Amino acid sequence: MRTILLFLSTQDQIEYMNYLEAIGKYFIMIWEVFKKPTKWPIMKSLILKEIDELIYGSMGIIIFISFFIGGVVTIQTALNLNSPFLPKSLIGFATRQSVILEFAPTFTSIIMAGKVGSYITSSIGTMRVTEQIDALEVMGVNSLNYLVFPKIIAMLLYPFAVAIAMFVGIWGGWTAAIFGGYAPSGEFIKGLQLDFDAFHVTYAFIKTFFFAFIIATLPSYHGFYMRGGALEVGKASTTAFVWTSVVIIVLNYLLTQLLLG
Amino acid sequence: MITVENLHKSFGNNHVLKGISTTFDQGKTNLIIGQSGSGKTVFLKCLLGLFEPEEGQICYNGQYYSELSLKERRDLRQEMGMVFQGSALFDSMTVEGNVMFPLDMFTKQSRSEMQDRVNFVLKRVNLIDAHKKYPSEISGGMKKRVAIARAIVMNPKYLFCDEPNSGLDPKTAILIDNLILEITEEYNITTVINTHDMNSVMEIGEKIIFLKDGHKEWEGTNKEIFKTDNKAVTDFVYSSELFKKVRQMYLEERN
Repeated sequence: MRTILLFLSTQDQIEYMNYLEAIGKYFIMIWEVFKKPTKWPIMKSLILKEIDELIYGSMGIIIFISFFIGGVVTIQTALNLNSPFLPKSLIGFATRQSVILEFAPTFTSIIMAGKVGSYITSSIGTMRVTEQIDALEVMGVNSLNYLVFPKIIAMLLYPFAVAIAMFVGIWGGWTAAIFGGYAPSGEFIKGLQLDFDAFHVTYAFIKTFFFAFIIATLPSYHGFYMRGGALEVGKASTTAFVWTSVVIIVLNYLLTQLLLG
Repeated sequence: MITVENLHKSFGNNHVLKGISTTFDQGKTNLIIGQSGSGKTVFLKCLLGLFEPEEGQICYNGQYYSELSLKERRDLRQEMGMVFQGSALFDSMTVEGNVMFPLDMFTKQSRSEMQDRVNFVLKRVNLIDAHKKYPSEISGGMKKRVAIARAIVMNPKYLFCDEPNSGLDPKTAILIDNLILEITEEYNITTVINTHDMNSVMEIGEKIIFLKDGHKEWEGTNKEIFKTDNKAVTDFVYSSELFKKVRQMYLEERN
């Protein structure tokens, strides 16, 4: 560590230390979230509100994007499989694999990092700016538990949203294949059933749980510890989206290597 | 009563509070005044327990804050009410929800008991028709009243107010000042108000502490502040033309 620091300029050393401090602060925040819980009747209503806001409120965009992504994957696969020796069922097979392994869990999570993540950062950040978090603290409420814990629990339902994204994505692919004339329905469905490995779905759901935790907590961190006014709330939302996306992409690589590699 | 002994607080190299010692009396409105950057807000946040001082002690009715366990500190927090500068009402809750929040969080009262208490305090701050309105639907003065109602709903022993008049017209500001004064006397609360509004000093300053660069520069009542010869205090108090004339008249009368 000291050797690395010696090669950096003073400014870079400060930035490097700031990143380390932020990582440490994030994990301390996670620890604080689970301490001194809020009364259950209040927490229950907060969780239900967050499920409505974060999961149910995102279903429209998830379904819309999944349908068209599934369609595009099918068209691109079909256009690249132009050899007459390759069966048309491969289009269904490639669509299934792409949607289940990558597009539904990862692509949807990046979209959620933008939609849900920026909502979380801006709502908590606004509470910070308007002293509402200070008001909770003065009353003796564990503000991190009150604000972040319901979001983590609500995001546990995110794999259900991803399951719907998988179904709709494949349906979008089937629709594109039929109406675009790329493959007959029977061939496409045959491809969907070809060499199916149930662990691929498990792998996708494991990834999704990790992504859900990141989407709930990283934007919360950026909102909770922000300083300044309305302009800084906007900046914090953008920073939260960038870092949530980066962490999701890196985690995606690591989990894929661990589970499938 | 709150006793402060030699309070020091720094942020990095910035030494904000430099050994403040004073007492805040029960049943009185105690005002902390001073220019922006003099350490008023940091001092108030230390009193609230939001900032931990590096040195010195704060004693609440004989209990030293630093000697309290986490649970005792939480219990003490529930004896404090705070009115924030921007009211800090929860946007997602109605007026009624905001006032009911501490009761819902920390008491085992039934819904009807909580409702009765909320109705009582809202009536006490002269808010009768705003129960179901959201903070975005009410005026600045009404927001302050809701904030006061929320601060007193748990029958606090200590009431802290950070610039309760900021952003209000002079008439509403006087109404809010008088409301705080009435509540302080009625419930025998130790009230600490952070302000730089000279009208508040004249209206409700039963005890005034003047801070300058993190030091306690002067301490006295609203009657004494206009007679003091302390230059820092007179520069602050007579910064407006109106008060300069009042000062001139007083000096002429004295000579």
